[in-house]
Amino acid sequence: MIQVENLSKTYGDHIALNGITFSVNRGQVLGFLGPNGAGKTTTMRILTGYMPPSSGKATIDGLDVVDDSLQVRQRIGYMPETIPLYDEMTVTGYLRFMAAIRGVTDLEPAIDRVLESCGLGDRRHDIISHLSKGYRQRVGLAQALVHNPDVLVLDEPTAGLDPLQIMAVRELIRELGKEHTIILSTHILPEVSQVCDHVLIINKGKIVAEDTPDKLTSRLDRGARVRCEFANPPEDAAEKLSAIDGVAAVNANGQVYEVSMAVDKDVRASIAECAISNGWGLLRIEPISMSLEDIFVQLTTSEDSPEVEA
Amino acid sequence: MRNVFLIMKRELQAYLASPMAYIVTAVFLAVVGGIEGVVLYYSQEASMYYVFGDIVTVLFLVLTTQLMSMRLVSEEKRSGTLELLMTTPVPDWQIILGKYLASLVMLLAMLVLNLGFPLVLTKLGNPDLSVLASGYLGFFLLGAALLAIGLFASSITRNQIVAAIVGLGIVLVLWMAGGVSDVFGDTFGSVVVYLGPFDHYIDFVTGIISSKHLVYYFSVIIFFLFASTRVVESRRWK
Repeated sequence: MIQVENLSKTYGDHIALNGITFSVNRGQVLGFLGPNGAGKTTTMRILTGYMPPSSGKATIDGLDVVDDSLQVRQRIGYMPETIPLYDEMTVTGYLRFMAAIRGVTDLEPAIDRVLESCGLGDRRHDIISHLSKGYRQRVGLAQALVHNPDVLVLDEPTAGLDPLQIMAVRELIRELGKEHTIILSTHILPEVSQVCDHVLIINKGKIVAEDTPDKLTSRLDRGARVRCEFANPPEDAAEKLSAIDGVAAVNANGQVYEVSMAVDKDVRASIAECAISNGWGLLRIEPISMSLEDIFVQLTTSEDSPEVEA
Repeated sequence: MRNVFLIMKRELQAYLASPMAYIVTAVFLAVVGGIEGVVLYYSQEASMYYVFGDIVTVLFLVLTTQLMSMRLVSEEKRSGTLELLMTTPVPDWQIILGKYLASLVMLLAMLVLNLGFPLVLTKLGNPDLSVLASGYLGFFLLGAALLAIGLFASSITRNQIVAAIVGLGIVLVLWMAGGVSDVFGDTFGSVVVYLGPFDHYIDFVTGIISSKHLVYYFSVIIFFLFASTRVVESRRWK
């Protein structure tokens, strides 16, 4: 559905996007994850036809975002991060305008449909400037949906909402994901595992990881750590643990020891054996699975990205 | 054309929802009405020659058009709605044209509201209606050209005040240059005079509708609409 090949964007000397490639299948929900300034919004602006890439190619449904811009824009619903709305208009007035300008002919049913799906029914006659942040967000979403586009591009759809509203918006996105192809950006990690089928972690204009949320977690789990707790460990327990083959490092904290394993080694059995034979009183031994947060931090901070300075 | 109409309609709604348009219109009508009263009192002539020819009238048209056009694009740039508008399947030139037409409608509405004065003239005397019409046409064309300049100024910034100042700057430079055209020498001087929007206006006031002036105003309007379109398009340049 969406094909992005080697997309780059430079603003003067600043490289915002440095050759990213990915694809999204029909009906997928792709989460775009990255720190601020990583290039998420730039990618979205290119996909929505707001601006062209400096090099590379992006197609939606086989249509090039630059050459067939008008047709691409017809197929996309876009909600920019700032939720731009015409404050002086009413909710329905605004939606009517956005629908008409995108060529919707049967206006009223389309508007009723999005008012319903975005929970705006009782606010339809309100002036937009009187709406709360949460409702503005919904109007922004309704506007992106009103022409029933194949592709939805949502830039940080839950930014600035309270927890209840966030849950409602996520629920709505999950619902929409059944019929639409969605690209959303966020820097809230749990959001990704909750609503996305696919994650793309981007940093400094480059893709640093791409997979399903589950696989990403498990893939980076190798070389992970286990947490062990003993009832009565001796003074030199840490040294003894370090001596076990396959243990990379040991971190003691009272009776709790965090053991880092070498890549592709599982030393849990050896630790248990060592503890039992020495009578340390093994209380628990459990893997510390990396959360998406850990992965994110690791990917976006650990290595210096091999960016070529222009 | 449907999109141009939709953009124009929304823009008109925005005008009518803001106090700015009402205030500007009211002040314009009050000032022009005042001039009309004074001119009529002193000249005792059933014509609008001294009204349209008055420098204060023209100055107020300049101010009014710049105040009316300053928010057209800059406001949408600031609020971000332009970004959204430009991701809808509407070509940039249609957005610019729709906005421009909305500002023309506002100008037209102001002139219509001013028609009470010529009506009074027909009651008091026997004015030459064709000269009055020609004067209104010239005044409208001058205003239309000034609005196009204002729209262009609005498209280069996200700040309305900057837009108004740039617009006024362009207009005043054109005006002043016409006044001191002698310093540019004969050939170039006449070009400078030709470029100024005010020299073409006065013929209309005296009742002369000349194609060269019509061509001039249409050229200015098309040029600045084209330039505005290029400015909003410039983000698409690689």
